[in-house]
Amino acid sequence: MAAVTETLDTVQSVTQSGYKWGFETTIEMDFAPKGLNEDIIRLISARKEEPEWMLEWRLKAYAAWLKMEEPQWARVDHPPIDYQDLHYYAAPKKKAGPKNLDEVDPELLKMYEKLGIPLKERAILAGVDPDTVENTQVAVDAVFDSVSVATTFQATLRKSGVIFCPISEAIREHPDLVKQYIGSVVPVADNFFAALNSAVFTDGSFVFIPKGVRCPMELSTYFRINARNTGQFERTLIIAEAGSQVSYLEGCTAPQRDENQLHAAVVELVAMDDARIKYSTVQNWYPGDSNGKGGIYNFVTKRGACRGDRSKISWTQVETGSAITWKYPSCVLLGEDSVGEFYSVAVTNNHQQADTGTKMIHVGKGSRSTIISKGISAGHSNNTYRGLVRMLPSATNARNFTQCDSLLIGDQCGAHTVPYIESRNPTAKVEHEATTSKIADDQLFYCRQRGLSKEDAVGLIVNGFCKDVLKELPMEFAVEAQKLLAVSLEGSVG
Amino acid sequence: MLEIKGLTASIGDKPILKGVDLTVPPGEVHAIMGPNGAGKSTLGYVLSGREDYTVTSGTVTFNGIDLLALEPEQRAATGAFLAFQAPVELPGVNNANFLRTALNAIRRAHGESELDAVQFLKLARAETKRLHMPDDMLKRNVNVGFSGGEKKRNEVLQMAILRPKLAILDETDSGLDIDALKIVADGVNALRGPEFSALVITHHQRLLDYLVPHRVHVLANGRILRSGGPELAKELEKNGYAGMIAEAA
Repeated sequence: MAAVTETLDTVQSVTQSGYKWGFETTIEMDFAPKGLNEDIIRLISARKEEPEWMLEWRLKAYAAWLKMEEPQWARVDHPPIDYQDLHYYAAPKKKAGPKNLDEVDPELLKMYEKLGIPLKERAILAGVDPDTVENTQVAVDAVFDSVSVATTFQATLRKSGVIFCPISEAIREHPDLVKQYIGSVVPVADNFFAALNSAVFTDGSFVFIPKGVRCPMELSTYFRINARNTGQFERTLIIAEAGSQVSYLEGCTAPQRDENQLHAAVVELVAMDDARIKYSTVQNWYPGDSNGKGGIYNFVTKRGACRGDRSKISWTQVETGSAITWKYPSCVLLGEDSVGEFYSVAVTNNHQQADTGTKMIHVGKGSRSTIISKGISAGHSNNTYRGLVRMLPSATNARNFTQCDSLLIGDQCGAHTVPYIESRNPTAKVEHEATTSKIADDQLFYCRQRGLSKEDAVGLIVNGFCKDVLKELPMEFAVEAQKLLAVSLEGSVG
Repeated sequence: MLEIKGLTASIGDKPILKGVDLTVPPGEVHAIMGPNGAGKSTLGYVLSGREDYTVTSGTVTFNGIDLLALEPEQRAATGAFLAFQAPVELPGVNNANFLRTALNAIRRAHGESELDAVQFLKLARAETKRLHMPDDMLKRNVNVGFSGGEKKRNEVLQMAILRPKLAILDETDSGLDIDALKIVADGVNALRGPEFSALVITHHQRLLDYLVPHRVHVLANGRILRSGGPELAKELEKNGYAGMIAEAA
């Protein structure tokens, strides 16, 4: 035990950059052999004790993936990925699988403690019955490499009819719901990375909010990549029935490593009549070192379907991590007067590359969407906003407002804005505003003359620039996000 | 006590200050006057550590501390404050938050405890009231959408809250009507005390009617040409700089 603690401390102390989540947890792992083929998919499906239809669904996705090619249109650049050189399944070794939190490996619990997950949870993890712990606001699902290790407050949520559990469990326990909705928003062959995910996804969260229910607490998933040479392919599915509401948060970190690791997730959201889903992300995967070595390739497909009238899906993301981010959380606005929102802060420093944005597909009459994107580039990084607003012929009186602002720190970085606008309905209105600015020397000097250090000044200016997005985050996350922005930009100003 | 000795400074290859000698004893307010391009603003920037200027020789000490060896934020911590001629806009940064961060940075440097939001707002509201400024000044973003006069008033408010020991006002009076001018003067006058010094850079005698200086210095062509009592400002108002500069040459 002491040796492990020492190792963790050593790893942390040699962490020269500001990335303090870069430690690795020593834990006995159960790996699938490297490589991808039908047998591996069968193995994953078997480990998850899945029904036959799920395996078939995976194999169909795999067959589609084999015929697909990696997308090349994004403004990102990386050496070819050897998909046969990865482990597609890695799970902490366990006796029977944690039926309850008491059975969770103490090393895992220690790691989550180190990561500062709001484990009120801490008490629960120590063995206290979750339903007796007071002042609980957030239910957490923790995903470690390929498996979900702990989901808290399941019982409390169950009382109001809410289902919040690992998706692997949902496939076993609620097969009809999963079968009805999985792949209905992001089809298996939607794109290269989504197809890959559909074939090999290992875990993630499942949320079901029944008709008329307002979820009594924030739901949160914490993703952690720990094992070496492992891809993380999580899959999240959130269904909000008519008149229901839910706010969901996700956070992600990974150890600091020299090699690149792949993360290809799929998130699907479904909102029925008058339902509201708020989905917030603070993405802090390891970004690589200051020379661009290592870091996570974050290739993610996130899409929400506003199927019901007056339904609303709101994406808020703060993207500070990953060597490469390729991610476009989108909304398909099918319902009349449905609403889609996308609030994004993407920070790139050193050699990070981000190509991120959204798609708003307007189908329903009177559907509305808002896009607020704030890109911050520092160091040698490249930051691209890529967004599509499509007004279909049926989208009478639909409206979109887009604002894309870029902030440059230093003169070695790049900011790019690539908006696509397609309107096939003459009554639809689309507005696009874009600005690019630099943190000016006179702003820095002004702050420093008042007594602020250079770092504090940059933090203040950047937070001011992102304010419109940060205010959309739930309170606990907003504070964390502000600190994260400052850490991500450490050393970016002379 | 501010002591400037033989200070020369340039921007790029161009010398601007060509040997400035100036002493401001504690408790005194001194005015710097002079024609355009004399180096008045440069003096303010050099004293507060703006990077675009290179000090080529000379010394500047404030209460015995070598200011030139310090970063701008360290100079602020010694009590130096520059009221900008063109205050800078900080979009999305709330004035109260900005000021609290600044005040706490300075308090930290002095080993004092930081003020929480409630303590700070109490202090800040007292100052806005005293200066007859609306409370919403604190809620607005730093200088964003402020009129010229509001920006200058905001500088005075910041000065009142940060309570510097050395205030350098760089033409804070320019473009102000008479009421605003009084606010600037009141702001400085309220800080007067045995440990407070001020260097008031101005073009016009008008401000000095309300903010009566102990000494007036004429800066022209990078040097202090003449020094005198408040009457010197009146003389300049009447006769202009030309005669004095010709005389010196």
